[in-house]
Amino acid sequence: MSQKLLEVTNLSMHYDTLDGNVDAVKNVSFTVNSGESFGLVGESGCGKTSVAMTLLQLQPDNSVITEGSIKLEGKELIGLSENDLRKVRWDSISIVFQGAMNAWNPVIKIGEQIREAMREHYPQNSKQENINKINELFKMVGLDESISERFPHELSGGMKQRAVIALALSCDPKIIIADEPTTALDVVIQDQILNEIKKVQNLLGLSLIYISHDIAVIAEMTDKIAVMYAGSIVEIGPTQSVFESPKHSYTRALLDSTPSIRGEKKKLRSLDGEPPSLINEIQGCSFSPRCPSPSSGCKNQSVEMGLIQIGEEHFVDKCCSECV
Amino acid sequence: MENQNIERDIKATLKKNWRLFRQSRLGITGLVIVIFFGFLAILQPILFLTNVWDEATYHPVVGYDAEQVTRTVVECPDEYPTREYETKEDCPRVDEVNIRYLKAFNIQVEVGDLYESNVQPAPPSSRHLLGTDSLGRDIFSQIMEGSQVAFLLGLISAIIGVGISTLLGTAAAFYGGKLDTYLMRQSDLVLMLPSLPFLFIISAFAELKVWHLAIVLGTLGGLGGSVITIKSQALQVKVKPFVDSARITGGSKRRIMFSHILPNVAPLALLYMVFSVTGAIASESVLSFLGLLNIDMSWGIMIYLAQTEGFIFTGLKYWWLILPAGLAVTLLAGGFYLVGRGLDDVFNPRLRRR
Amino acid sequence: MGKNILEVRNLVKHFEVSKSVFSRNKKIVKAVDGISFDIKAGETLGLVGQSGCGKTTTARSLCLLDPKTSGTVNFNNPETSKMESIDEIDDDGIRVFRRNMQMIFQDPYESLNPRWTIKDIIKEPLDIHNIGSLAEREDAIVEILRTVGLTPPENYLKRYPHEISGGQRQRVSIARTLVMKPKFVICDEPTSMLDVSIRISIMDLMLNLAKELDVSYLYITHDLAVARYMCNRIAVMFNGKIVEIAETEELLQNPIHPYTKRLISSIPIPDPSYKRERYEINFDELDKIISNNTDEQMVDVGNEHLVATHDTKGFFIET
Repeated sequence: MSQKLLEVTNLSMHYDTLDGNVDAVKNVSFTVNSGESFGLVGESGCGKTSVAMTLLQLQPDNSVITEGSIKLEGKELIGLSENDLRKVRWDSISIVFQGAMNAWNPVIKIGEQIREAMREHYPQNSKQENINKINELFKMVGLDESISERFPHELSGGMKQRAVIALALSCDPKIIIADEPTTALDVVIQDQILNEIKKVQNLLGLSLIYISHDIAVIAEMTDKIAVMYAGSIVEIGPTQSVFESPKHSYTRALLDSTPSIRGEKKKLRSLDGEPPSLINEIQGCSFSPRCPSPSSGCKNQSVEMGLIQIGEEHFVDKCCSECV
Repeated sequence: MENQNIERDIKATLKKNWRLFRQSRLGITGLVIVIFFGFLAILQPILFLTNVWDEATYHPVVGYDAEQVTRTVVECPDEYPTREYETKEDCPRVDEVNIRYLKAFNIQVEVGDLYESNVQPAPPSSRHLLGTDSLGRDIFSQIMEGSQVAFLLGLISAIIGVGISTLLGTAAAFYGGKLDTYLMRQSDLVLMLPSLPFLFIISAFAELKVWHLAIVLGTLGGLGGSVITIKSQALQVKVKPFVDSARITGGSKRRIMFSHILPNVAPLALLYMVFSVTGAIASESVLSFLGLLNIDMSWGIMIYLAQTEGFIFTGLKYWWLILPAGLAVTLLAGGFYLVGRGLDDVFNPRLRRR
Repeated sequence: MGKNILEVRNLVKHFEVSKSVFSRNKKIVKAVDGISFDIKAGETLGLVGQSGCGKTTTARSLCLLDPKTSGTVNFNNPETSKMESIDEIDDDGIRVFRRNMQMIFQDPYESLNPRWTIKDIIKEPLDIHNIGSLAEREDAIVEILRTVGLTPPENYLKRYPHEISGGQRQRVSIARTLVMKPKFVICDEPTSMLDVSIRISIMDLMLNLAKELDVSYLYITHDLAVARYMCNRIAVMFNGKIVEIAETEELLQNPIHPYTKRLISSIPIPDPSYKRERYEINFDELDKIISNNTDEQMVDVGNEHLVATHDTKGFFIET
């Protein structure tokens, strides 16, 4: 359980664009143990998807990794050749991304598309072996066996997304990255998909990296979370402890702005302002302009950002360690 | 204060679009070509007005300038090789003239005389940068005149064409129903119509001047395929929430069409306009080359003259009669096309790499 | 809160869909299949359901974007203070109706004309209805920008939508909607595309404006947690029908219809220590029962809590 599976240290990455460099990921470090669910939460543009793409080394061509390492079972992924990476992808890490259900090739049957991926990774398997495995996976994610003989347009969004999960599992990965896998779906179907992901994870003992902007989903899905703001992790720790005693103002604000159907109906608090542009280098604390109670050090931006430990496995950015 | 703000905003938008356009090498190449020919077109009247060129010598249509040379009269033999000439092509040499040729014009000379004559067409010289044509007219001046014609024709026909197709395409998308069906069938018909033979027929019945040709080409282009493209763009705009929003508020159909849909179709229309200039310039050259247009001077006419007077099959001996005009047509038509490609990068964000 | 501002009775909207290009027989899709509800002055009614249940179609029929198939819609004409049916009023009446009924759209990136300035966007409704002199219109625009929190207004007037952020755009949408001081606004998931930290400020703004300007909302959303925050009453829609309608807390505490129960049980709770339990139902069966039944009725179980019955025997049997 406590075995380190994925270790990301001091990862920094920027995109080279027409308007200048966009610092999408700044000095991000985290570890994911085997069998653990790790959540990355933040608003759009905070860099969470960039992190996911870098983990698979699938980042766009105009991105530059300036620093850091990504170690999967002790093996460095950054700088690996495309051939070696192909083996790692799906074999060890696979991803279910937002809108993945729309990425099926419309003219090939679902089953054939999954078999294609399996042939790439298990060339020695016979066709029957692959079919048996797909049927097994379909059962796991709550799909009927007959689905593999159907074309994508014959399936509903939820079914397609389940099939994507089956595809992601088809090459026995050790980690699944789920990047907003339910964002385009309805609440009821979201609920079903979340349930399937959790079930499969427990059944196969997988690690899960769950990326979402929805703090309620993260609360249910993960053991450990990292809150991202403007490219940096501002708070990281066990989900329970972060939710019970958030230390960073931004985490606090996220929790306070999420409506719930349970408990007293409370007045929600909003956060003024907008996230900063990542094009210009930010001096000091990136959150201080929106912070409800910035310290004087934050305000004049003399404090450098960096995580400090405040509890068991609970770290917070030192700019905001005493904000809440 | 406010005005400054708008100015700044417009400047910023233009700057951004220019930056995107600049990224496209094709577009910049095209722009350089178009600006070069634009410069030529403007330069000619300036040269005349400032009396750097006098009209009698340099006018593209009625100017005349002859180069005088003195040649020795010889008689070319019937059989080759002889001591002096190896093959038939060697006689007469550049500084000689065949007595039989002069006799044909009833000019009384003897072999060994010196004969003074005009050189038409004359090769490029410092006086005539691109030489003169068979009537002693300055080719460079003709190229400049042709450039004016090409711009005039290309831009007018493009504006007419795009005006028609934008209006019809938007109307087809907005009103739908029978109007849509009619316009689409009409556009199919125009697309099927072989346009060159059609233009031949028109020119047989009417004397086509530049203006007429611009209108005909513009109308043909405007009724054809671009209506379909503009319509599909307008259909996409029509279902946008901001159009719904205007409808909910009670906006009239005219308001929605002219204030909401048209401005959002305009960039695509501009793109089409630039592309259709290319077609217009090429069509003019073909029609002029076939002698079907009543135009004093154009690049097509220049090649037409070279051809009717038999210079076109002389290889590269009279290159200045054909190459400059041919290159000009190719370059300017291609230049507008390349500018279109560059604009495509600006207006179609999907094609952008980042 | 008092008298009704809008009464909808048996609203039906059917679409004809051809099965293929070559077949002649058309399939009828019953997008909205006979729904009835009232909206009281100053109230926010939530319309909640999954995508494809007919929420947006209802909205589009109500604001006359698409003609309804049948049913009646009565609105309280503020000029005569009487309920009038929109099918029976003349053109002037329609103008009054349009002036008092507005809609806020989901997508802040598509709901503002990209080639217009903010000022022109907000001014359009005033131009269309010819309200006030030109100077008065300018004043009204500055005023409403201040009201929706875009201050100082001068900074926004000359800008284009792509120059401001998503949250600010949605504020512009709200400003455009409210500049004519309508009585009734339909909101089609106005915050679902915004970031969480901005979402609440937009919802708070709408709630405050409802009080200040005495506006009623029909708030369409798929998220019950958002609906709870925004709405006085909630109507749950499934397959073109309203299956349950009640005061918000009453609906969340005592759901009766199995679909409502399922919907409530699928909302994630932002509390890691809480273990949510799923209420499972058989959707195929529910679908069959609801679409085969034409004479369901809304039964009042007390406290204006209405539930649809799908057979003559009484309530739907739980699966």
